[in-house]
Amino acid sequence: MSTLTSNPSASDQRKKLVSSGALQQILAFASLIILVIFFSIASENFLQWSNIEGILLSTTVIGILALGTTFVIITGGIDLSIGTGMTLTSVMTGVFIVFLGLPVHVGIIGGIVTGALIGFISGFSVSILRIPPFIATLAMMMIAEGLSLVISGASPIYFSDVEGFNNIALGSVFLGAIPNAVLIFFIMVLIGWILLSKTIVGRYTFSIGSNEEATRLSGINIKKWKMIIYTIAGCFTGVAGVIMASRLNSAQPALGMGYELEAIAAVVIGGTSLSGGKGSLIGTMIGALIMSVLTNGLRIMSIPQEWQTVVIGFVILLAVYFDMLRKKDS
Amino acid sequence: MSNKILEMQNINKSFPGVKALSNVQLDLHRGEVLALIGENGAGKSTLMKILTGIYQKDEGSIIYDGKEIAPTNTKEAQELGINIIHQELNLMPDLTVAENIFIGREPRDKLNFFLKNKELNQQADELFQKLNINLNPRTKISELTVAKQQMVEIAKALSFNAKILIMDEPTAALTDKEINTLFDIINWLKKEGVAIIYISHRMEELKRISDRITVMRDGEYVATLPTETTEIRQVVSLMVGREVTIEQKVSDPDKFTDKVLEVNHLTNHYIKDVSFHLKKGEILGFAGLVGAGRTEVARAIFGADPFSGDIKINGKAVTIKQPVDAVQHGIGYLSEDRKRFGLMLEMTVKENIVISSLPHYSTATFVKATNIKTDAEEYSHRLKVKTPSVHQRVKLLSGGNQQKIVIAKWLLKDCDILIFDEPTRGIDVGAKQEIYDLLEMLANQGKSIIMISSELTEVLRLSDRIIVMNEGRVTGELLNQDANQENIMELATQHN
Repeated sequence: MSTLTSNPSASDQRKKLVSSGALQQILAFASLIILVIFFSIASENFLQWSNIEGILLSTTVIGILALGTTFVIITGGIDLSIGTGMTLTSVMTGVFIVFLGLPVHVGIIGGIVTGALIGFISGFSVSILRIPPFIATLAMMMIAEGLSLVISGASPIYFSDVEGFNNIALGSVFLGAIPNAVLIFFIMVLIGWILLSKTIVGRYTFSIGSNEEATRLSGINIKKWKMIIYTIAGCFTGVAGVIMASRLNSAQPALGMGYELEAIAAVVIGGTSLSGGKGSLIGTMIGALIMSVLTNGLRIMSIPQEWQTVVIGFVILLAVYFDMLRKKDS
Repeated sequence: MSNKILEMQNINKSFPGVKALSNVQLDLHRGEVLALIGENGAGKSTLMKILTGIYQKDEGSIIYDGKEIAPTNTKEAQELGINIIHQELNLMPDLTVAENIFIGREPRDKLNFFLKNKELNQQADELFQKLNINLNPRTKISELTVAKQQMVEIAKALSFNAKILIMDEPTAALTDKEINTLFDIINWLKKEGVAIIYISHRMEELKRISDRITVMRDGEYVATLPTETTEIRQVVSLMVGREVTIEQKVSDPDKFTDKVLEVNHLTNHYIKDVSFHLKKGEILGFAGLVGAGRTEVARAIFGADPFSGDIKINGKAVTIKQPVDAVQHGIGYLSEDRKRFGLMLEMTVKENIVISSLPHYSTATFVKATNIKTDAEEYSHRLKVKTPSVHQRVKLLSGGNQQKIVIAKWLLKDCDILIFDEPTRGIDVGAKQEIYDLLEMLANQGKSIIMISSELTEVLRLSDRIIVMNEGRVTGELLNQDANQENIMELATQHN
């Protein structure tokens, strides 16, 4: 413990040029552009509209999960339950619509509420029971995985008889060109962005992640706000679950494990700091796009799937390394 | 309206096993700066925490603005008009200036959900104009200097219409120029009728800025003096003036000849141009207030923090880049926080003692268990560790015995230079004596010892020579025979 601090004037000037958070976003965006240019030169198929549509479509589920969990990560927490949580919301949507025969829109709302509930329980464990986020959401991940299998009887629930269900994700209300799922993804980006930058929820998300104790001493009920933030992330999980179900036209109870890590990777690549306080949803969107462009591009270049995973691993390593450099700076 | 804004009387506060405050009093007038001073552990912080609602008093009364109050949290105190600016600033570095000032009170729309950022920044601008502070509400806190950050805290406090402002070591991280700016603000606040409680160790500063000085010692109120007619020397002697005479070592400076350690111009983030030497068999005391940079010197020598400057051991220049290097050169460091940095609490006495010397017991693959047991037993016997056996888990031993285990570890490793950082912290009185005896025994056996301690009595009791530090610099060196509490304290508060 020392009362002395660094000479701040030097770092002051350096930071004025460009804030470090923005720098990471610019870097992420530049990487995305470079990747796109690289793959379009490497393969003429890459820039075909059908391929671009494929990339966007494959971004949606991971992307929406990543948006929600960005909130949690900015508070300095983590949410591992979003992958299997998404599965549970798919299954519950199936239960509502197929098993109980409820109208489609009720089923959708039911799915999203399921997601919110999962988030709420995680938030409750973290803030009231004071269980570290990693453990609390790891437990939630397993609970959701198990419940999905129990409720569905370990077999898929098919929506084949539900008219129009498939269109939620794959139909196209907008210009007839862009799949609804992609449209929903961008709408979720917009909603998330408004929440994070224009509302008190967003302000306290950053505040808690920046200095939890100071936030508490400022008279903010941080327990309440953490629960709200995890619940919001849960709503995003719910939306992702419904889209997943619609795309597959079925709820697959064994799917979902591992999605949380891809989503967290997208968040990190997008410049959100795992130590909290810094981050943006636009960054997360770019991060998610980078992941699917990479996967898609490598596949088009006929690089085996095993190697695709290796490459993505290195990209994550690089992104986290930049995050560390940034922390050292400040 | 009485001129007194605050009167605290007969404040008592106990923590489990410790009486922190006993019958403390304090009064404060509108528009004055009251300096509150005392050694580490005198009870200043506890008293201020009671005033700001962080702790609750056991007994006594707080009369604020004519009414008795008992705030139960900081927000309640803030709303009453009592604000504290902590030494470690309580800001959110990733938020902007305005966002920090109005956190929890930000202007919102009718739904109480959407933020009105324009209004927020406007309000901040108005506040800064009123206070005559030059700050941009949209700047992120992390981009500001410490001095500017402090101004944000002051502005935040004043936005609550503060009537009392408590500043804890406000100048600790400021340059001289920034201090002048701060004092201008303080003088302006005085004119506005704000009462300020100013906690600082820098005596000459108190002379400049305060109207009265209240001295505390060992959890008790000592005296309140008008600054104008008081000498610094007087204040210092009130601060340390224990009636009990203390045992002071009789040391013969000529006894020590060989320099085992020479440190020249040690400089890093925390310390500036620290030079000293240590002789064989000597106990060199490092005195100073908390945060003076003593631990940082130890950490640098031990290779735990990077530094510039050079270190010689037995006359030969050595390179120490990490703790491994230091240990190889026979330096052992006993951290002030032994539970975190000194011991593996879940492991046994035996395992802890040999942990640094394991290669010594290992063949290519296996660890030779019998030798380990014999050696661990020998050392724990030599240091009189009270444990049923060397298989006992360290967690279950008392503080004093745990400290002995750490010492045993470094002795087994054959370290000749031992750095003790607060060796008796958290150790009860009886066991302290044992640790003192042990240190003296080690020195007599030819080990050279650096001992960092915030207890002056301990420094005087054990050291052959004393180095005093303040703000990362060495402010003086005294032979034991020339040292007393007063001149050490004077050096420890000397600001240069």
